[in-house]
Amino acid sequence: MSEERFDCIIVGAGPAGCTAAYELASRGLEVLIVERGPAPGSKNMMGGRLYSYALHQVIPDFWKEAPVERCVTKEELSFLTERGAVTVTLENEALREAPHHSFTVLRADFDAWLAGKAEEAGAMLATGIRVDDLLREGDRICGIRAGDDEIFGNVVIAADGVNSLLAQKAGLRGDILPAHVSVGVKELVALPPKTIEDRFGLDAQGGAARLFAGSCTRGVQGGGFLYTNKETISVGLVFSLHALAEAGVSVPEAVEDFKFHPALQPVLEGGEVLEYSAHLIPEGGLAMQPRLVAGGLLVVGDAAGFVINTGFMVRGMDLAISSGVAAAKAVLRARETGDYSTSGLKIYEEFLRQTRVFHDLTFYREAPGFSENPRLYTTYPELAVDLLTDLFTVKGRPPRRIKDLVRDHLRRRVSLWQLVRDAWKGARSI
Amino acid sequence: MKRLSIQERLALNKFQVDHAESHIVLNKDFCRECSTKVCTFICPAGLYVWTGEEIAFDYAGCLECGACRVVCPKKALAWNYPRGSFGVIFRYG
Repeated sequence: MSEERFDCIIVGAGPAGCTAAYELASRGLEVLIVERGPAPGSKNMMGGRLYSYALHQVIPDFWKEAPVERCVTKEELSFLTERGAVTVTLENEALREAPHHSFTVLRADFDAWLAGKAEEAGAMLATGIRVDDLLREGDRICGIRAGDDEIFGNVVIAADGVNSLLAQKAGLRGDILPAHVSVGVKELVALPPKTIEDRFGLDAQGGAARLFAGSCTRGVQGGGFLYTNKETISVGLVFSLHALAEAGVSVPEAVEDFKFHPALQPVLEGGEVLEYSAHLIPEGGLAMQPRLVAGGLLVVGDAAGFVINTGFMVRGMDLAISSGVAAAKAVLRARETGDYSTSGLKIYEEFLRQTRVFHDLTFYREAPGFSENPRLYTTYPELAVDLLTDLFTVKGRPPRRIKDLVRDHLRRRVSLWQLVRDAWKGARSI
Repeated sequence: MKRLSIQERLALNKFQVDHAESHIVLNKDFCRECSTKVCTFICPAGLYVWTGEEIAFDYAGCLECGACRVVCPKKALAWNYPRGSFGVIFRYG
């Protein structure tokens, strides 16, 4: 193997790595994908939704062959107190129309399929191999070391996920800060498809996506999520590590409690838990982005911090896929010029600017700061639940005008000045 | 629906435990000096337990998220992924 030199070595068979591999192999390059799990996807986990535009550009109508679960036709956002919930629901048949806006997916199936597409295109997939280090020739990276094996390539793409040990080894980033990552924990709950459809008001193809803010994280920055799959429900919590460390909340306990919240217990009742998983989420946005290029190395996907969480929307896979495309373009360009140095590969950033990745990360750059506001997880959910409870309750007392109710509730919980400031910050950042 | 302990939930997962090598190595002297012991509540798998004398830790149920590595205030862990093919195998993800 030492005689061979790949055009490109990709570490990590997630969506970013596999997309880059697919693009490069389709154009005839010798590509090796190295995956530490026994199969692609076996180390990967997420809440559960793929926004489809990015992959549709690479593999048109991918949903016709990809193992997607349900097309999301119903979006819900809930504010929770311990016993109550205020929920905003969007139902729109337009979300169903091709290219289907978004799908729920399970990563073990989906990533394996995408890796298969890269293999079909000609990429070589090596599983069960942990990459231990990068090989260097002068100031350029020229391959990888896995145990005693050394494998050489013109360029390495680090698609090794949020913990990206490779980006660290290459000196592109320092330690990850707790303020820049969240921990996501998920339980996968099995229920018959018909039960899922009845409980969520769906047909056989439709799906629901729910996000929760409030008591579920016990006041800690973060939130809950629920996605309906064909025969399972993905349900879990996300906590900012920084806020969680200060609050002292037990993660395994909080996620179990969440399933028994009155807004969730009825839809999960009778379900059988199949799997319990966890993963870090890079939520620092541009503030946590490592340098993306070194001589012979590009960083893509979660490893580059390409995730956006606005509170009402969480995106990662679409950005990972787009960054994989941009990295592949950069490698193709470097191959033409024969220049794999830092300056030769710098064009990757230019290609990223042509995608949604940089544009959207920049657009939402204030969102991580806004979501640090503790009032989002306590005051405002309580305000919403209490106010609407008063509005819908008949107690045999004289009725009151809505404006008076609103004024009283606000006065009890938050100063008008604070509310205006929070609303202004929110309006500017998300 | 009944409540599941963390041990019951981990037992639902598929693990290929590497009996020869722990991918996380703790310097327990650092842990003794640690006032916060963040790892004991932040680990989604509940693998870090303070016994009153030391941090007891079992790498076998690790979900490989890396939260402990990021939050440890003492930098008491040598953290790596398990060797190829070992560790948690998500059947759904």
